[in-house]
Amino acid sequence: MPKIAIQNVGKVFGEGSHRVEALQDVSLDIADNEFVTFVGASGCGKSTLLRIIGGLEYHTAGEVLVDDQPIMGPGADRAMVFQHYSLYPWLTVMENIKFSRRLKHGRENLREADVEAASGRADALLSLMGLNAAANAYPNQLSGGMQQRVAIARALMGRPKILLMDEPFGALDAQTREVMHDLILHVHRLEKPTLAFVTHDVEEAIYLADRVVLMAPRPGRIDTIYQVPLPAEREQDMKHTPEFLSLKKEILARIRETSGMKTDQGMLDQLNLGTVTV
Amino acid sequence: MWAIRGPLSRNQYWLFAVLGLLTPLGLWWLVSSGTSVDRVFMPTPVDVFNRLVTWYREDDLLSDMGISIYRVTAGFALSALIALPLGLLIGTFRPVQAVLEPLTDFIRYMPAVAFIPLVMLWVGIEESSKIAIIFIGTFFQMVLMMAEDVRRVPLAQIEAAQTLGADKGETINLVIFQAAKPALLDTLRVTMGWAWTYLVVAELVAANSGLGYSILKAQRFLQTDKIFVGILLIGVIGLVMDQLFRLAHRKAFPWLHLRS
Repeated sequence: MPKIAIQNVGKVFGEGSHRVEALQDVSLDIADNEFVTFVGASGCGKSTLLRIIGGLEYHTAGEVLVDDQPIMGPGADRAMVFQHYSLYPWLTVMENIKFSRRLKHGRENLREADVEAASGRADALLSLMGLNAAANAYPNQLSGGMQQRVAIARALMGRPKILLMDEPFGALDAQTREVMHDLILHVHRLEKPTLAFVTHDVEEAIYLADRVVLMAPRPGRIDTIYQVPLPAEREQDMKHTPEFLSLKKEILARIRETSGMKTDQGMLDQLNLGTVTV
Repeated sequence: MWAIRGPLSRNQYWLFAVLGLLTPLGLWWLVSSGTSVDRVFMPTPVDVFNRLVTWYREDDLLSDMGISIYRVTAGFALSALIALPLGLLIGTFRPVQAVLEPLTDFIRYMPAVAFIPLVMLWVGIEESSKIAIIFIGTFFQMVLMMAEDVRRVPLAQIEAAQTLGADKGETINLVIFQAAKPALLDTLRVTMGWAWTYLVVAELVAANSGLGYSILKAQRFLQTDKIFVGILLIGVIGLVMDQLFRLAHRKAFPWLHLRS
């Protein structure tokens, strides 16, 4: 049984002349503990699909099942990490990580031992993310990379079975991003969540994933699914292997084709850079 | 110093600020001390100061100030008390927004002054009528501004809470309200200023005390110096309250004023 079963899902935004078909007949099974990344030209609906799984958006056709149950809105079993602005600036790093402990959901049927375990878990997550020194700092005192590490720790706090990430490293610089890649792979091995990850960075998509799902726009749909031909244990050096590079080239070419723009050269020609004199 | 958006040291800032305050005072002194302007139209700073002293000694300035502060504070507090939950609801739930926002927008364009006859008819001429005028002058603006404050809470903060298992009540209490608090306090500070501008209007209604009333009465007796005192006092009280709100802001939201 797949962890997440997406069955003929469609999504329409707006009405009348504003009607946009964001997703059309999308079907995909994601296995337990699988790491799936979604790439595609803008408007392909990859974020919308992720938000539907998260229960933040409702699909207008088809069905999404988690553990064979249709999803009914957002829930603690599907924690989501956003690109930015999701931390609570009035809470310290530690208070942000423990945020879910303030919720009724996190307090039900708790025994003393659970409370202690939770406190231990918050400490463990703090160390895992390398945030010990920042425990009592406020988010706006942290760098972008540290802020995202807090957001990930906060999402992991309640041991979600599914972790949804919507371009979580999109606003970070390249070096920080590489560190975050190895961190999230480590988290995936350690906590074993099912991971659905949206990105516009093809290299990131390949490096992290078991499978890369390429989506195409107008209407948003799944175009191709690529199995990543790399060992389960990833290392930065693998980014320079022929398998990696050829897959990257193939995916980039396909994104260009599906975006409606034939080639980068075509785009440049259209801009007419060569003949312009200033 | 004159670079576009260039820095300014603390001392330089204060120097300019004092200059900005003293220059108009100096100009006033100069103009009023000359012979070209009749004292009846333009009293000198000394006249105004003397009037302040006699008002304090002989005409019970403190009780005029007290009653005015009471009226403004009561009208303002009443607005805030009702506007806060309404703003929170309008900014959170689209149906509430659809029902209340166009209506509030409509009423807010009606001049508060024009409500005076109705207020006298409905509320009477007691204290409550003055408070009602200040309420009408501030409430509708306040609701709309607060709704906007609430709407500016980043969606990611709200959605993160939902995917962590927060229900609606928790999302509103623990995220939306907390996130909007600093902006809401700023809205209170700004609308407090507007409440003071409605004081004179409010004290048009059968008042026999208060700063606004004293200004109106002084007009009848051509006591220009007293008008000056009244206006300046309202300005000073407003400035003090503004600074108190700013202080409260710094104390209540230390995390906003930190830098790494």
